[in-house]
Amino acid sequence: MSAHEIEIILSRQLADCLTVPVFIVDPEGTLIFYNEPAEQILGKRFQDTGEMRVGDWGNDFYPHDEKGNTIPPADLPLVQTINSHVPAHKTFWIKSMEGKSFKISVTSIPIIGRSKEFAGALAVFWDNDLKL
Amino acid sequence: MRIKLHGTRGAYPTSSRETQKLGGKTPCIEIIEKNERLILDAGTGILNIDFDSYYTSVRIDILLTHLHMDHIQGLGFFKPIFDPNKEIHIWGPGGSSYTLKDRLNRFLSPPLFPVMLRDIPSKLVIHELPNEPFKLGKFLITSKFVCHPGPTVGFRIQFGSKSVTYIPDHEPMLSSQHLFKEDNWISGFDLCKNTDLLVHDSQYSSGEYENKAGWGHCSMEIAAELSARARARRLVMFHHDPEQTDRDRTKIFRKFLSTHRYDFPIELAVQGHEIEV
Repeated sequence: MSAHEIEIILSRQLADCLTVPVFIVDPEGTLIFYNEPAEQILGKRFQDTGEMRVGDWGNDFYPHDEKGNTIPPADLPLVQTINSHVPAHKTFWIKSMEGKSFKISVTSIPIIGRSKEFAGALAVFWDNDLKL
Repeated sequence: MRIKLHGTRGAYPTSSRETQKLGGKTPCIEIIEKNERLILDAGTGILNIDFDSYYTSVRIDILLTHLHMDHIQGLGFFKPIFDPNKEIHIWGPGGSSYTLKDRLNRFLSPPLFPVMLRDIPSKLVIHELPNEPFKLGKFLITSKFVCHPGPTVGFRIQFGSKSVTYIPDHEPMLSSQHLFKEDNWISGFDLCKNTDLLVHDSQYSSGEYENKAGWGHCSMEIAAELSARARARRLVMFHHDPEQTDRDRTKIFRKFLSTHRYDFPIELAVQGHEIEV
C-alpha cells in the first residue's frame, strides 16, 4: 500500500492534537482515520476498526433530521465534499451508543495540496449542546 | 552508482577548525554513474564540484529539494552559471502560489544578489517537478512532498536496480519521538522503501528535538526508525547542526549508537566522502 500524500499525513497529525472530533477520508470516501474524540461518536476505536468504507461509516452513527428521518450517506457533508471537491456544512442529529439523539454541526473541507490533486477530505464535528 | 557528499552542514556554512571533519559547507550531493551526473541541492557544497573536469557536456541538471537558503546559497556562485555555453536545468518543487522561477528570482536578484536572473550568462531552464517519476539520462527520479516548512520534496534516484534516497530536511512527525505505527502514514516512506542508501536529516539528538519541534528537522532516533521501518540498507545522517562542532556531533552519535541496535550500517555524513551503492 502506498503512503498517503503529505497533506493527509499532516491532517492526521493535526487531528491527533485536537479535542474536537475529526474524520479524514481518502478520495474514494474510505474513512482512513478518526481521532479519539471521534471514537466517542462512532462508538468504535480506530485501532480496532482500521479503515472503513463509506457505506459502513456513513450509517454507523445513524444521521437523521429533526423529525427522525434517516439522512442517506450522499447527503452528509463529508460525502458531498468527496463528490464535489468543495467545502460543505450541515447541522443534523446523530445517535449516541446509548440511543440518545444529539445535534451536531459538521464542516468538511477538501484536502488539495501542492500537487494540486484531490487527496481526500477532512470533517470536523461540533456538538451543538457542548458548553465551553 | 556513486554518491559524493559535497556539503553536509545545515542552516548556514561554517568554517572553523572544529567543523572541518564533517564539513562546513551546506547541502549538495552528487549522484554519479559513469559519465552521467546529477546534482542534488545547491548549497555552498556545490562550489566543491570540479566542473572543468567532469562537466564537459553542455547540459547540467540540478535538483532542488526546496528553496531554503542553505540549499541554494551556491547557485549564484558556481562556475558554469557564468558560462554562456552552458545550459543549466534547475528542477524544484512547485506547489506555491508563485512559480518556481518567481521564487528563485527573489534570491537571484538585487538586493540579495547583484545580478538579475534574466542577466545570468548561462542558459537557465527552470522546471517545476512533475508529480510522476521522470528520467534524466538513465536516472529515474521520483520526488515526493515531505514534512518540512514550505514546499519541500525528497528524492529517490534509481539507476538499474540500485537506488539512493535523499531527504536532507525532514520532520516526519511533529512533536513526537516516534513514527505512526502504520507505514502508509509516514512522510517520505515510499521514497525510502528498500533503498540502498538513505541520506537523511538527523540534525538533533532526541533531547534537543524536544525543544525544536516544528522547526522542520528530526532526531537521529527518528531518522534511524524511518530507515529501519522502510528497510533502507544504509543510513547516512545528514544536515549537521552548525552550532555543533564535529566533537559534539560525534559524541551525540556515539551515545545514539550505544543505546540503539540496528541491522544496517549508520554513519555521520562527512563532506568529501564518496559512497558506492
